[in-house]
Amino acid sequence: MSLWKVAWRSIQQRALVSLLTVLSMGLGVALVVAVLVVYSVVYQSFRRGGEGYDLIVGAKGGKEQLVLNTVFYLSQPVGNIPSSFYEELTEGKFAADVEAAIPVCMGHTYQGFRVVGTVPEMFTELKYQGDKSYEFAAGENFKAENHFDAVVGATAAAKAGLQVGDKFQAVHGSGEGGVVHKESFRVAGVLAPTSTPMDRAIYVNMEGFQDIHHGAEDEAAHEKQEKHETHGLPAKHGKAKKHLTEDEHGQITAILLCIRQVPPGRADVVAKWINDGKVAQAVVPGRVIVELFEGIVGKLQWILLGMAVLTVIEAGIGIMVSIYNSMSDRRHEIAVMRALGASRVIVMLIILMESILLSLMGGAAGVLLGHGMTWICSPWITDWTGVVVDLLQFQTIELILIPGLVVLASAVGYLPALSAYRTDVARSLITTP
Amino acid sequence: MLHLKDLKKAFRQPDGTALPVLDIPEFRVATGEQMVLVGRSGCGKTTLLHIIAGISRPDSGKVRIDDWDITLMPEAECDRFRAERIGYVFQTFNLLAGFTALENVLLSMRFARGRPDKNRARQLLNRVGLGHRMTHRPAQLSVGEQQRVAVARALANKPHLLLADEPTANVDAGHQQQILDLIRQTSQEENVALVMVTHSNEVAAQFPRLDRLEEFNLVVADGAKEKGT
Repeated sequence: MSLWKVAWRSIQQRALVSLLTVLSMGLGVALVVAVLVVYSVVYQSFRRGGEGYDLIVGAKGGKEQLVLNTVFYLSQPVGNIPSSFYEELTEGKFAADVEAAIPVCMGHTYQGFRVVGTVPEMFTELKYQGDKSYEFAAGENFKAENHFDAVVGATAAAKAGLQVGDKFQAVHGSGEGGVVHKESFRVAGVLAPTSTPMDRAIYVNMEGFQDIHHGAEDEAAHEKQEKHETHGLPAKHGKAKKHLTEDEHGQITAILLCIRQVPPGRADVVAKWINDGKVAQAVVPGRVIVELFEGIVGKLQWILLGMAVLTVIEAGIGIMVSIYNSMSDRRHEIAVMRALGASRVIVMLIILMESILLSLMGGAAGVLLGHGMTWICSPWITDWTGVVVDLLQFQTIELILIPGLVVLASAVGYLPALSAYRTDVARSLITTP
Repeated sequence: MLHLKDLKKAFRQPDGTALPVLDIPEFRVATGEQMVLVGRSGCGKTTLLHIIAGISRPDSGKVRIDDWDITLMPEAECDRFRAERIGYVFQTFNLLAGFTALENVLLSMRFARGRPDKNRARQLLNRVGLGHRMTHRPAQLSVGEQQRVAVARALANKPHLLLADEPTANVDAGHQQQILDLIRQTSQEENVALVMVTHSNEVAAQFPRLDRLEEFNLVVADGAKEKGT
């Protein structure tokens, strides 16, 4: 009969108290697990967004804003860059380094989802999550010659109720109060889920995008012109139109660049050349995403983790109180063990083992509970973040839980173990149990 | 095999004064001998057994068992010695409530040798008539059965000396003789020296040797000395 079994029997004897103690520890550990899993999910969600291309080229300004807007479809565009810069990249001195250059235009929405103007190569030349190719759940990619065709991300299609063949009208701007464009886009295909922000956007042919964009600008300028004329101001219609025609037409929000890996380091060379110029900036999305993540979410994660660890420590103290309170009832039992030949160290070990067993059971319950909870919540997590959560999505850091709990259990079990160690055998034996 | 020499023990009272409990110039028990120790309540019988078992330390004097003076042993060594060579039957049985009859016997072996001998534990329980109750916990056993488990547990490690502290005091009259016979018979079969404490003259009368503990001195009671088992 091992000492572990002796400790286990002691736990069994106080089944209800032990169960509650385990439950308390389990809830604490479940919180830690949940924080770790959610952190991992959010991190993956962030990181995956920037995969598939090496550089984002956009207007000069905040690099974080450029990444947030281009990768996550958040915030407002920094500005636009002339399409001539796109040609410079694909046909200029770095043309040999550029493997793919995908232009994107923004500024329209549909039911709150970003409408992104781009080219069909977006879904043929770019990859996601490493080397995965885009697949279509329904329909097919739009064709370059069909200016008013669109491809809809999986989440956007589900939420907006768009299916292949459906038509929709984009709204100029972020949606509320924006001008609804007269022209309709036809859904040519619906993307299969990618667990990236791509799922939450609508992609239209860039030609059609710019057509409706300039149409809206024309209308706005026309309305402004009419107001001027009403108030007796000089007409500006011609100037505005000329301005739009020369400056706005052919402008793009960003370019997603894939750079050839051989020779290595070419992405940095291309980025430096772009950044040294006056027209645009180039950022490595992965780096900016990590900076953003560590700067905002990372700190929050540590705060949450700290609070969860405090809960575990509190549960550990609960174990100490539970065992310590039982010591007065068990002093006679300990004295009997000592009378049977168990040394002070042995009875101390039994109490420590009891504490460790309770902690590990609580830990196991917490891991199951934590993963179970996140798994149950996985449909909502996937909905919000695009990341699919598996039941067995264990984090390496969870391995620290086992030695961590053993250390905690040893620490909290020390006081009652010491009490067992100091038991006065002769006096306790005389006491009736 | 047991030899006490100039043994003294006093308890410290709340007012700081010492209350003498034991003062035994000489006390011997031979290998395989069965003797009974009688005395009024509070005269120090249990304290004497605790000192012989190494559970308590005397203030002075020697306790030699098999030529080992346990008063000179460090506590851990004394614990091991007790587990291996001394069996103890308590008045209140002191079975561990969370363990079955078999486990109570095995636990005693675990503390002595680290590796319990299940076969011997089963044999002992069969010998005390509890072969069919091995998996029962103390609460599921009658008082008499509990004390029989305690006897099996005390003999588990093949001790050289068995100490029994009023083992029949909490057992009903119908089972008293059974328990007594069991202890004496199994001790005899295992060639174990038996020192039993009792305040029952009826029990004491059955032993070939009776010593009386009076005023913390051990006095041989000649009257009982000649009585057989």
